Amino acid sequence: MKNTFIGTPMERREDLRFLRGRGEYVDDVAMPGLLYAVILRSSVAHGRLVSIDASAALRFPGVHSIITRADMPGGPPIIPMRLQPLPEFKPFEQPVIAHDKVRYVGEPIAVILASSVAVAEDALEAIEVEIEELPAVADWQSASANTTVLFEKQGTNRSLVFHSRKGDADAAFANAPYVRREKLRTGRHFGLTMEPRGVMAAWDDAAGKLTIYGAAKVPFFNRRILSAQIGLPVDSIDMIENDVGGGYGARGEFYPEDFLIPFAARHVKRPVKWIEDRRENLMAMNHAREEECDLEVACARDGTILAIRGEVRTDMGAYMRTNGAVGARNVSQFMAGPYRVPHVKIDSSLWMTNKTPVGTYRGPGRFEACFFLERMIDMIAADLGIDRIEFRRKNLVTAAEQPYPIAHVQPTDAKDEYDSGEYSETLERALKEINWSEKAKLQGKLIDGKYHGLGVVCFIEGGAAGPKEMARIEVNPEGKFSVYMGTASVGQGVETVFAQIAADALEVPVDNIDHVYHGSTAYVSDGYGAYHSRSTVMGGSAVLDATNNFMALLRQAAGKRLGCAESNVTLDIDKVTGGGRTMALKDFAGLTAEGAFLNKKHTYSYGAHVCHITVDAKLGRIEIIDYVVVQDVGRAVNPLTLRGQVLGSLVQGLGGAVLEDLKYDENGQFLTGSLADYLLPTATDFPNLRCVVLDDYPSPINPLGAKGAGEGGIIAAGGCMANAVANALSSFGVQPRELPLSPTYIWGLVQAGQRAAAE
Amino acid sequence: MTTKFEVNGKPVSVDVEPRLTLADCLRHELRLTGTHIGCEHGVCGACTVLVDGEAVRSCLILAVQAEGAKITTVEGLSNDADLTPLQKSFRKHHALQCGFCTPGFITTAHALLTEEPDCDADRVREVLSGNICRCTGYIGIVDAVLEARAAYKK
Amino acid sequence: MKLPPFEYACPTTLNEAIALLANHSGEAKPLAGGQSLMPMMAFRIAQPSLLVDLRKLPGMKEIKIGPDGVRLGALVRWRDVIDDKRLAVAHPLLKEAISHVAHYQIRNRGTVGGSCAHADPASEMPGIAQTCEAEFSVMGKAGARTIKAKDFFQGALTTALGADEIITEIHLPAWPAARRYGFQEFARRRGDFAMAGVALYYDLDGGKAANAHIGVFGVGDCQRRLPKAEAALNGKAVDEALAVKVGEAAAAEVEPQEDIHASAAYRRSLTGTLVERAIKAAMVR
Repeated sequence: MKNTFIGTPMERREDLRFLRGRGEYVDDVAMPGLLYAVILRSSVAHGRLVSIDASAALRFPGVHSIITRADMPGGPPIIPMRLQPLPEFKPFEQPVIAHDKVRYVGEPIAVILASSVAVAEDALEAIEVEIEELPAVADWQSASANTTVLFEKQGTNRSLVFHSRKGDADAAFANAPYVRREKLRTGRHFGLTMEPRGVMAAWDDAAGKLTIYGAAKVPFFNRRILSAQIGLPVDSIDMIENDVGGGYGARGEFYPEDFLIPFAARHVKRPVKWIEDRRENLMAMNHAREEECDLEVACARDGTILAIRGEVRTDMGAYMRTNGAVGARNVSQFMAGPYRVPHVKIDSSLWMTNKTPVGTYRGPGRFEACFFLERMIDMIAADLGIDRIEFRRKNLVTAAEQPYPIAHVQPTDAKDEYDSGEYSETLERALKEINWSEKAKLQGKLIDGKYHGLGVVCFIEGGAAGPKEMARIEVNPEGKFSVYMGTASVGQGVETVFAQIAADALEVPVDNIDHVYHGSTAYVSDGYGAYHSRSTVMGGSAVLDATNNFMALLRQAAGKRLGCAESNVTLDIDKVTGGGRTMALKDFAGLTAEGAFLNKKHTYSYGAHVCHITVDAKLGRIEIIDYVVVQDVGRAVNPLTLRGQVLGSLVQGLGGAVLEDLKYDENGQFLTGSLADYLLPTATDFPNLRCVVLDDYPSPINPLGAKGAGEGGIIAAGGCMANAVANALSSFGVQPRELPLSPTYIWGLVQAGQRAAAE
Repeated sequence: MTTKFEVNGKPVSVDVEPRLTLADCLRHELRLTGTHIGCEHGVCGACTVLVDGEAVRSCLILAVQAEGAKITTVEGLSNDADLTPLQKSFRKHHALQCGFCTPGFITTAHALLTEEPDCDADRVREVLSGNICRCTGYIGIVDAVLEARAAYKK
Repeated sequence: MKLPPFEYACPTTLNEAIALLANHSGEAKPLAGGQSLMPMMAFRIAQPSLLVDLRKLPGMKEIKIGPDGVRLGALVRWRDVIDDKRLAVAHPLLKEAISHVAHYQIRNRGTVGGSCAHADPASEMPGIAQTCEAEFSVMGKAGARTIKAKDFFQGALTTALGADEIITEIHLPAWPAARRYGFQEFARRRGDFAMAGVALYYDLDGGKAANAHIGVFGVGDCQRRLPKAEAALNGKAVDEALAVKVGEAAAAEVEPQEDIHASAAYRRSLTGTLVERAIKAAMVR
């Protein structure tokens, strides 16, 4: 049979348990003898940790023990970086528990183990912590003054500068007929997951083995970190992935608790569970996004982009976390977006501040870069008297130019190129979908008290990070297939997607792919995980390789048992035939083969966002009338789940564009410690959203032709909304230069515009 | 305190501290882990259950306050044989990804459709605005609830 | 975010409830719907030693409508107000205001009495109480008393209630059928606490506005009326130009605060805009 599950919208197998409330998330797992952990976190942004007195707290009935720096005589282990692990970053990495200093509100100081979470929280209030307060560094500007430094030995708050280079930008600027320079900034967001993080660890003293529940995203890598920190061989640690309630880049990285809880379990020889509560989630999970740039764009008078140049500063928070450098790196490499820019010079500096450390959040650096450049394109097109659509058409990379080289980043020595695509086609499709030519008449018009505006933005999304992914296919006792993956699920629906790919590869009905196992370290010999929109492409390609290896093995085994040549063996769903004889597949139960996909290149899906909004200038309120995302993903494995990725990430992006902002005061005190303060989009905020997924230009660099596509919705949302607001308020001559587009901010822009007009 | 109430049609008796929320009681005392806890301060809606048929946030009600009440959780709105029409509609419209917020949406939507099977899209969105989903962008959820209305009409 | 420890009592009579409160020297708190108190306890901002659950107290869940107005039992829930069709005539301003309160699940638990006793400066119900000159019937150890709204609300989360006192009823004076009213609020998201909100009404006397009541919430540390704006409205024929003027008067009169969602200047302007729009809405009712 010839299958076509790939490309078919298929309902998800995961849904059957989730819809009945039978998912099993880490807090749903119980164990006898469990102790509950609660973490005392610093309420001070910056200070010397003088003393911790837990004696009163230890006397609380039900409190078992309290772990502090004193329990780690050699000093607390340091969490190494996973991505861009440069030597320059080493001094800025985070200890698993506050050692000599505290550097942000939320930094772990002590772990209380008790018979219940409530008892632990009661005791927490009785721990006496003496901190000698130091001045707080609350933003990159004060960080750059270097009068107060977070890391005294370093003498500077700047951990690194990424340099992105292509061509000779300075020379291009020197001769450019037109240059515009702008200062733009994005707010501080994060990949808040609806399920807060959680870790449960059990120590088997007899076997010398640790079992850790709640693993997510990159379990194999995290196991290596923990192994080194805790002094156990990798084989003595099992990481178990339960159902995972959202990832978005933030969940599953190695956090302090990923050491503290296993350490506690081994320390007290009891299983220990820690479930993050929402208040600590807001100050403990990786923050992201807060970047500011001074960006220059040089153009010819006809609107041809000649060069871009600029400086970006990222507010890193207090430590360099596992993937903390990605946003600052990406913003420099992808500032040019999907456009033909021959000369690029971006310096992206990373500033340490007394805030929660940053990591990645879906579309890291790309959301920011897209907002920065696309905002400028609209301003530049207006300056030059060129229609902003025409401007984009003129500069988008064409299929004939692929693969198209992009800026080279130092010191990571990252060279890269776009893989395939005719970028203007998604723009044209988006314009058609929203009926741009008709709606263009509304631009800037005041109708029933609201100004109408249109936004348009083009974007590029990177995916499929290497170096490798693994899969294993096994015949189970029922004569069906089990698929084991090295990637992880963060809720995207990978069980369904990998079942589709495996069913097509094996040419069996999708129901004969009985189980897809993922995310735990016991399934395959190595794995990489769920980030950089890589699971489908990397994992799916590994499934194809595993299928090839499996079929070779099956032919070999069946040839012997059927007494025929290997080449005569065929698999027909649950039967194996050869030399005129047939055996049941289940007779080969346990037969298993691993496969891998290795890849050094990245896929680049791309697309366009267009929107029609209204702005109530007196309230500063934005309403979306229509919003369309068009994205070419090379090949859509499951159009149903892909649509979910695009629309879901779009609403996250709109949250960042309009609502979400993590705020601190000038003393580094955290001001958004509840969901009444950090505003997530709800069902009433952004109702009118659509997407069109194309697969016209397959990726040439993997056998599926697929491109990572989990981030296209979010990347361009900030730019598109800001451009639409500028368009709506064009009669006031205002230009949004920062996100989020809060009512206060928009109202302030209008006020400033009116004042300027009056003068 | 000993507290008696009914969960999903079965009488239960628990001995709990007054400070235990109904959400924690359901999850940890009764091991009904389909009810999820996402914020513990009454914003996210993941812990929504039905108390005497009305949708409430189980993190904002004490277990001892449930004395004598009939509680329905997501487990009580499911059956073994097949998905319910509401669940089927969620699946069809890809109204869930990570699944963590899903029980709260199912219970809320069930209460809404039971009370107002003729509700329109605006009303669905208004009611669902008390539940936060971080994955789907709500489009599929609203479509799913609208389609499931038919099954609730008498 | 587990609740701090406390004792729990669920009395069946008002006297019993009051005695419990009185015997805990200010450390006890009445528990009505719990939709504000429980989050405060989860953050351990409130740590009462005793919660006195009011749910079994008789006679406090009714909405009584008579010639002297609307009497809301303190345990009347948002949902009860929304579902009561009589209120569309008996007090349309109340009904419209409550349709903005929080979310579906909260409305099934939250009560009018609880909201007023909590006195969040951005809540709708205290705003309505102030605007409409409501009276609070209160019972305590010393007996029953009545408190006027203007005396009841004393600041953010601060009321005239004694530690042993429980609101039993909120009385909203009678609503003439011809009364003009408007309600406007603006929040970052639907159901959030408003950055500013306005409830207003006036009667027509010979084609001119009379008896104007303009109340604001979410602006400053307490719901309040705006006498200067009311004066700007009273005695005048109401038209769009007047609506703008009264809005300007309101903006000038408030003392807005700044928070992470809104600057003080924005709140001031927003108040004016909302007053203007509420009057315009009132004109066409």
